[in-house]
Amino acid sequence: MTQTGDTPDMVPEPREPPVTHRRGRFSLVWLVPGIAVLIGVSMLVHAWLSSGPEITVTFHTATGLEAGKTPVKYKDVTVGAVSAIALSADGAQVIVTLSLVKSALSLTREDTRFWVVRPRIGIGGVSGIDTLFSGAYIAVDTGTAQQTSTAFTGLETPPTVIGGMPGRSFTLHTDDLGSLDIGSPVYYRRIQVGRVAAYRLDVDGKSVGVEVFIDAPYDRFVTADTRFWNASGVDVSIGADGFKLKTQSVATIVAGGIAFATPESSQSEAASGSTSFVLAKDQATAMAPPDGPSQFVQLRFDQSLRGLTVGAPVEFSGLNIGQVISRDLDYDQNQHHFSSLVGIVVYPQRLGRVLEKLRMPAGDAEQRSAEFLRGMVEHGLRAEARSGNLLTGQLFISLEFVSDAPKVTFDVSARPLTLPTVNGSFDRLQEQVANIVAKVERLPLDAIGRHVDMALVDLDKTFLQVNSRVLPETARTLLQAGQTFGAAKDLLADDAPLQQKLGQTLQDVQRTARSLRVLTDLLGTHPESLLLGRPDDPAPAVPGSHKPVPAQEPLR
Amino acid sequence: MSLPPRARQLGVVGCHACGLVCEDKLDETGHADCPRCGAALHRRRPDSLARAGAFLLAGMIFYIPANMLPVMYTSLLGSGSDNTILRGVVEFWKAGSYGIALVIFTASVAVPCTKFLVLGLLLATCRRRSRWARRERARLYRLVEFVGYWSMLDVLVVAIVAALVKFQALSDIEPRLGILFFGMVVILTMLSALSFDPRLIWDGDDTNR
Repeated sequence: MTQTGDTPDMVPEPREPPVTHRRGRFSLVWLVPGIAVLIGVSMLVHAWLSSGPEITVTFHTATGLEAGKTPVKYKDVTVGAVSAIALSADGAQVIVTLSLVKSALSLTREDTRFWVVRPRIGIGGVSGIDTLFSGAYIAVDTGTAQQTSTAFTGLETPPTVIGGMPGRSFTLHTDDLGSLDIGSPVYYRRIQVGRVAAYRLDVDGKSVGVEVFIDAPYDRFVTADTRFWNASGVDVSIGADGFKLKTQSVATIVAGGIAFATPESSQSEAASGSTSFVLAKDQATAMAPPDGPSQFVQLRFDQSLRGLTVGAPVEFSGLNIGQVISRDLDYDQNQHHFSSLVGIVVYPQRLGRVLEKLRMPAGDAEQRSAEFLRGMVEHGLRAEARSGNLLTGQLFISLEFVSDAPKVTFDVSARPLTLPTVNGSFDRLQEQVANIVAKVERLPLDAIGRHVDMALVDLDKTFLQVNSRVLPETARTLLQAGQTFGAAKDLLADDAPLQQKLGQTLQDVQRTARSLRVLTDLLGTHPESLLLGRPDDPAPAVPGSHKPVPAQEPLR
Repeated sequence: MSLPPRARQLGVVGCHACGLVCEDKLDETGHADCPRCGAALHRRRPDSLARAGAFLLAGMIFYIPANMLPVMYTSLLGSGSDNTILRGVVEFWKAGSYGIALVIFTASVAVPCTKFLVLGLLLATCRRRSRWARRERARLYRLVEFVGYWSMLDVLVVAIVAALVKFQALSDIEPRLGILFFGMVVILTMLSALSFDPRLIWDGDDTNR
């Protein structure tokens, strides 16, 4: 740039142009920004290479989370941080963006779970105390899926089962969750051996699947025969042996819990991790022998079934063999008559050994049941709604053989099977009482009352008359009658003259009769004596008798 | 516009170090030392524009990580956090400490940016030998030199606080990488300002050297 010696005409003699040191020379000072660029680029490359995945997690609330501060921890190792917190488009959720380190790439599996660790105080215990001072952090539990994801839904409560814990998960099916919750304990012989890990409604919405996690080594006590039951709350029972109160632990009273046991006789191997079990309502139900297949039977009652509830027992000879599962009203258009349809399920297995002795007709299960029931109905099997408790009016269904039941035809092909019914005994009694009451009501009680009243007034008057007039007369009459009886008594006495005379008279009559008989005998044997007189040969004398009598006939 | 005569025109050159004016023999020898202090004599600082430009560019590059990276790690009762300069400003402002926020903002953002702009402007205009607003540009240069003394304020604050606050678990403050880059920015801008020869402002097109 700098030009030196470029005016040759001003210089008297030419000379060599001076050496310019700076021309074309690269200034070392440019190394400084070069190094700066290098440092910057290297940092950028380093950040680029070490930057892990960026993922979003959706939470209901961002309580305790701070963008740029809240760390993400896996096994208490910081693997990233919250880089941004934003509301979702509809404002219902909080979308938390997490920047993870590169080594945390394996944590972005599809089923990886994220939750916020903050201090929690619950019935099951206290957790997250360390976050009181350090602030909340987001915890990660990696999943097992092969696919990775960048968007996750965070858990609102910490999972009870962290991946890699020794033990196994089992699924229990139940009608309703009861008081169970995530973290509810699972007991085996009153030792806590696990907890409820998750629950969800089944796809059809008809039952709840509860996932329990049993810690090792207790998980081997879960066999295919193991029964689970809901140990929540208090079980109070009053029986012949007194008052019993059963519970697992105080915590279960409040927080709920599950217990399990295996029948003593079971020989099953330990169940595999994915086995499903049924969660029974209580221990008795759980440990009861399996019911086996059930048979649905429909009953049609003409009577009112007030007091019959779904779940009421179905008994056969006092044995509970099923329960009522539905109650409906039916209407007969022709007869303008309402009747009750009761659906029951019967577990034939509950009959036990009897079942082996009964001859079962061949055919498929439904057909067999129908044929079997037809035979029973022919022998008088009828369903009856009976009162189980006179005070509350609770009804149950009783299957009984009624000897004088009217004959009915059992439709074998009808589905569902319909069993004939008879009106319950108590119900009949009620009807009779009602009839009597109706009759009583029809009686003209008022009129009768009036009549009775009038009659009583008359009667009163009559009694007055009787008292004033009739009674004195009567007294006199009685006196006279007494005298008359006295006289009669005198006449009839043993030593009365009349008696004595009567006796003598009778003796005379007796004698006369005897004489007369002798005469007739004589005439009978010797009719000629009437003309010839008495024969000479005397009749054989009778001892003790001084009169001749016929030989063969003793006198009396 | 009458300008005073140039040293070149008078055939003299001033020493950078001691200010002695001596005869300009540079054209003949190419190199000369000050007869009094022995420092190398130059008509202008050598490669002034290039050096100032290079240092300025490096400073601007370093200013990016200085702002992106955390400069300080503060931990209070176990909850630690990294703080960048701008976030610190925002937090102080939110907390109501407007004074501190303004001081930090001035020292860390306003001053470096002003230096970048001013030096960049000076370098650009001097390269084009512009005659525009020479006095004002000279005043800007003096301003840059003046604020340069205070540019290390952030670095000093971090250094002092990090040395003072050491209470283990209770409270702890540590410097982070960002402050190193910030210090580099300050140093490089100062070097840039030093390398710049303010006389170049007055070297207009109307003069030959």
